[in-house]
Amino acid sequence: MPELSIQVQGVTVTYNGNIALDNANLELRAGSIGGLVGPNGAGKSTLFKSIMGLLTPSQGRVVVNGQPIKVAQKANLIAYVPQSEEVDWSFPVSVADVVMMGRYGHMNILRIPSATDRKIVQESLDLVQMNDFKERQIGELSGGQKKRAFLARALAQKGTVMLLDEPFTGVDVKTERTIIDLLLQLKQEGHTILISTHDLGSVTSFCDQVILVNRTILAYGPTAEVFTEDNLTRTFGGMLRNVTFSTPTPHN
Amino acid sequence: MELTLFTAIWNWFAEPLQYEFIQRAILVSALVGVVCSALSCYITLKGWSLMGDAVSHSVLPGVVLSYIVNVPFAVGAFIFGLGSAIGIGFVKSQTRIKEDASMGIVFTGSFALGLVLISKTPSNIDLQHILFGNVLGISDADMIQTFIISSITLVTVLIFRKDLLLFCFDPTHARSIGLNTQLLNYMLLALLSLTIVAAQQTAGITLVVAMLITPGATAYLWTDRFDRMLLIAIGIGVFSSVLGTYLSYHLDGSTGGSIVLLMTLFFIFTMILAPKYGLLKRAFKIQDAKKMVSTKLQESP
Repeated sequence: MPELSIQVQGVTVTYNGNIALDNANLELRAGSIGGLVGPNGAGKSTLFKSIMGLLTPSQGRVVVNGQPIKVAQKANLIAYVPQSEEVDWSFPVSVADVVMMGRYGHMNILRIPSATDRKIVQESLDLVQMNDFKERQIGELSGGQKKRAFLARALAQKGTVMLLDEPFTGVDVKTERTIIDLLLQLKQEGHTILISTHDLGSVTSFCDQVILVNRTILAYGPTAEVFTEDNLTRTFGGMLRNVTFSTPTPHN
Repeated sequence: MELTLFTAIWNWFAEPLQYEFIQRAILVSALVGVVCSALSCYITLKGWSLMGDAVSHSVLPGVVLSYIVNVPFAVGAFIFGLGSAIGIGFVKSQTRIKEDASMGIVFTGSFALGLVLISKTPSNIDLQHILFGNVLGISDADMIQTFIISSITLVTVLIFRKDLLLFCFDPTHARSIGLNTQLLNYMLLALLSLTIVAAQQTAGITLVVAMLITPGATAYLWTDRFDRMLLIAIGIGVFSSVLGTYLSYHLDGSTGGSIVLLMTLFFIFTMILAPKYGLLKRAFKIQDAKKMVSTKLQESP
């Protein structure tokens, strides 16, 4: 496996003539957890979408595991856990159906699950402790269970890069613990994880890399070096309040 | 007494079958019922119901032009149907106009073009038949067209049913695992246009949209699983189509109207009585919750 997992090289994205992201550069090693931090509307989700290949940059390029983004997509390398607001919770699918969708990229055109697919779905459900709820329609879950269901789908995909958009919004303590433990385990196994969050406390508690975003990538690197008051002031301007440094911020 | 009732019902169903045009009408309606109902599950979940309405009205000039240049009506109808869907997408993405207004502009414009074309074309095109369907008088050529289009649509939906479902549910995930969502988008639009073309003879372009919404919406109130939703919708669609054709024969009335009326009755019945999402169930739930609250209040001093 190439040592560099995610490379963003001079990426500029424009929407209707407005620059959403200007000349962003980032390198993330395999086996690390990166926390994407920045104010609302700073281009966090634009950067996410560029790394997933949903947006085509007007300049620059994204390379995942040494391959262009289109190739990486086809190889099912990038798994994604969406924000809860992006999901239609009244859709007639069960938890097991959703997790199976993580396997579609590995199936033939008719998407008929093999024994391996079923086994992986089962394992993924077990990992997030959602086996008891697998027959539930997705709208019948609590906030934390919903999050874990989509995390299971990302696990079932067996990619090497995982992107999570605001994974700790509206979840219970048990779910937060489950997610963090799983992410740390995936990191040990050499996966690359990128988390978009506005919860600065979670960054210091388990992210080893920090990426500061405001219109461009202002700084990135090991948490201890980059997560400084100076850098955060630069990122958030006057919007930053009540963040303590040196000790991890408690959160529940 | 019982025997005469039985005979009466038997005759109600059997007597029309001696006519070939009724046999054909029932066959075509049933097939159209299957295709429309299958697609209606995707259309309602994707939130494209109004798109169905827009596309169905937009096919009018295509049908008229087909008669003028003497090609199968399906060709012109399909071109104008899909063209209008693409046009709507273009207006929405390239201007600051919202989607509902884009639809309104494109489909009324196309419909108006059709009306002018008909009024200025000295031919035997019957506007009534295009607008309201004429399945009892369907010609051989039109029947063959309906069969071919329905088969193509049904086979495509069957092959891509899981991809289309994922596209409706979570296009972002679909793209991130390498599915071509652009292609799926146009595939669903093309299927929508094809289905409208196939159903035009049965329900007419004014009512075809009901066949593309009501079965799916009704089935959605019955179940939480897509596969079951598909089967229930198809069941409702076929039953309404066949019974509606019989009804129109006995009433000597509009076939499309009878079919859609039956579907609507199914929906009303479902809306009230559905086991989990019906109005009655909801009323009971609210009552139970109130009772629970009041007993709890009494228990705690």
